[in-house]
Amino acid sequence: MIIRIMGEGQLQLDEKAVEELNLLDSKLEAAVEGSDEAAFGLALQALLDRARALGTALPPDAIEPSGLILPREGATIAEVRELLSDGGLIPG
Amino acid sequence: MAALMGVMKRVSTIFRSKANKALDKMEDPRETLDYSYQTQLELLQKVRRGVADVATSRKRVELQMNQVQQSSDKLDRQARDALAAGREDLAREALSRKASVQSQLTDLSTQYASLQGEEEKLTAASQRLQAKVDAFRVRKETIKATYTAAEATTRINEVFTGISEEMSDVGLAIQRAEDKTEQMKARAGAIDELMASGALSDALGGAPHDDIQAELDRMGGGHSVDLELERMKAELAGGSAPKQIAGSAGPANGGQQAGTSFPAEQPRTEEVQ
Repeated sequence: MIIRIMGEGQLQLDEKAVEELNLLDSKLEAAVEGSDEAAFGLALQALLDRARALGTALPPDAIEPSGLILPREGATIAEVRELLSDGGLIPG
Repeated sequence: MAALMGVMKRVSTIFRSKANKALDKMEDPRETLDYSYQTQLELLQKVRRGVADVATSRKRVELQMNQVQQSSDKLDRQARDALAAGREDLAREALSRKASVQSQLTDLSTQYASLQGEEEKLTAASQRLQAKVDAFRVRKETIKATYTAAEATTRINEVFTGISEEMSDVGLAIQRAEDKTEQMKARAGAIDELMASGALSDALGGAPHDDIQAELDRMGGGHSVDLELERMKAELAGGSAPKQIAGSAGPANGGQQAGTSFPAEQPRTEEVQ
């Protein structure tokens, strides 16, 4: 599966890796729901670290939609909520 | 829908639906490609301007860091001069200003690092986008040449969604960089004002009210007048004072020499200090 880390680019991951990321993502989601900024920061960092370790970068000229999109490193809960509410995205 | 879907999937779904909405607006999906290509070129321009803006902002912070450093060095010199002249109060004032100048410097270093990081990220984003836009141009022409409108739909959907996602990502990065440079401009303006007001004394010599330096200069002037007076008094008195105090009457004793009498030939060396 192709995933994107916002601000960094896209990676190719196998299914097993995606499962692992999904587990980490559930912690991220819980932190967003609970408005727990500290837990969110930790969960996001863990998610990004694993994604970078498990994934292989796509060539820069690849034009592919991503199955999963990870917030940028250092993002806040507010930023993620804005992404989820469809705010600030540029229509193609 | 939220609970079981996960953040990563939800964000991806939102990006996709955004792209689909834009696609649906077009009668002929092939037109979408041309339209999108124009938007991509505009975004490329924008991201390059963004890189240039961040670089400008970073250079301004760098310039201020140099000025603030010079200011700190100057206050340090002034503290030493004041202490040498026996003015601990003035030295204390200079050092307390130096401390606040130093904290400005720490703050500026943090801003500098953050702008540098932003510049690197945006430069990388600009290069990624450039590679994709070039690839898109080629694929767009291939699709238009090879397929009818009906056939092209699936392929267009894929490439359009892919490039839209990239553009959204780059667009957000530009926005973030813009916000940061705006904040930085405000801070830089505030520091320039502080410098102009003399609160951060400008070591380049342009500070209008450097009261510490004024006080040091005034003391220097007063000192030489006192010495001159002493020399004249000594001359009139016949110059029979003992010689042993000559070497100890250095600038450290400042203007407190008023009552001491000097041998006639000594004060000349004092005046050159």
